[in-house]
Amino acid sequence: MNNTVIVRDYIIPADDFALAGEASSSVRKILTQLGVAPDIIKRTSIAMYEAEINAVIHGHGGKAHVEIDENKIFIRISDEGPGIADLELAMQEGYSTAPDSVREMGFGAGMGLSNMKKHSDILNIDTEVNRGTIVDITVFFNKP
Amino acid sequence: MKITEIAETLNAEILTSNNGDIDVQTACSADLMSDVMAFSKENTMLLTGLVNPQVIRTAEMMDIRVVVFVRGKKPLDNMIEMAEEKGIVLLATQYPLFEASGRLYQKGIRGRGV
Repeated sequence: MNNTVIVRDYIIPADDFALAGEASSSVRKILTQLGVAPDIIKRTSIAMYEAEINAVIHGHGGKAHVEIDENKIFIRISDEGPGIADLELAMQEGYSTAPDSVREMGFGAGMGLSNMKKHSDILNIDTEVNRGTIVDITVFFNKP
Repeated sequence: MKITEIAETLNAEILTSNNGDIDVQTACSADLMSDVMAFSKENTMLLTGLVNPQVIRTAEMMDIRVVVFVRGKKPLDNMIEMAEEKGIVLLATQYPLFEASGRLYQKGIRGRGV
């Protein structure tokens, strides 16, 4: 790829479950076309999809910004939703504030944040109540 | 196990037309997509009673090639189109989740989980 950086920006629509995952699906296609290893694609897909779903469920939609260079993929999912009051608690498996309507869609099990952490190499969450949340996910193509 | 053999085992209807030569050895069963993403590993097939577009999305992200809807549930046309676009095969069976899983297990399909 010779230092080329691929940059993509996506809008994540609010409360639209039919479209939730479009951005992740598009990024997945790009990584496949670039010939990135399947396990890296899967880890990236899971981490980004969880973040995207969260933005739909909790954040009233938001934005996804993606940068891919020869070493890594960086994904920033940002929303202007309610923010996370207790991040440490939210990181715990099984803790969820998702409403029943979300559970009926098959989500809201309280696994999202821990799953993002598990599948990314660097996960950084910047959140403030009533201001919003920014989730930064980095996955390296070759482990140092 | 080929798609046709899965369909026979579950007395299932094949809903997609792009059924290629997928050979399924592993599967997971769940109604909660969060758990599929958190606990499932390297499974080729998903059995679920949940019917919405996020099932197809989850399958896509998890490299799941075959989705079986249980308890007589049927996806809408837009879900079938979405699956065909992504090369995912959809089947529908009347069997409940436990029984569908058991029938496949008996035929040698195994789960790869936690």
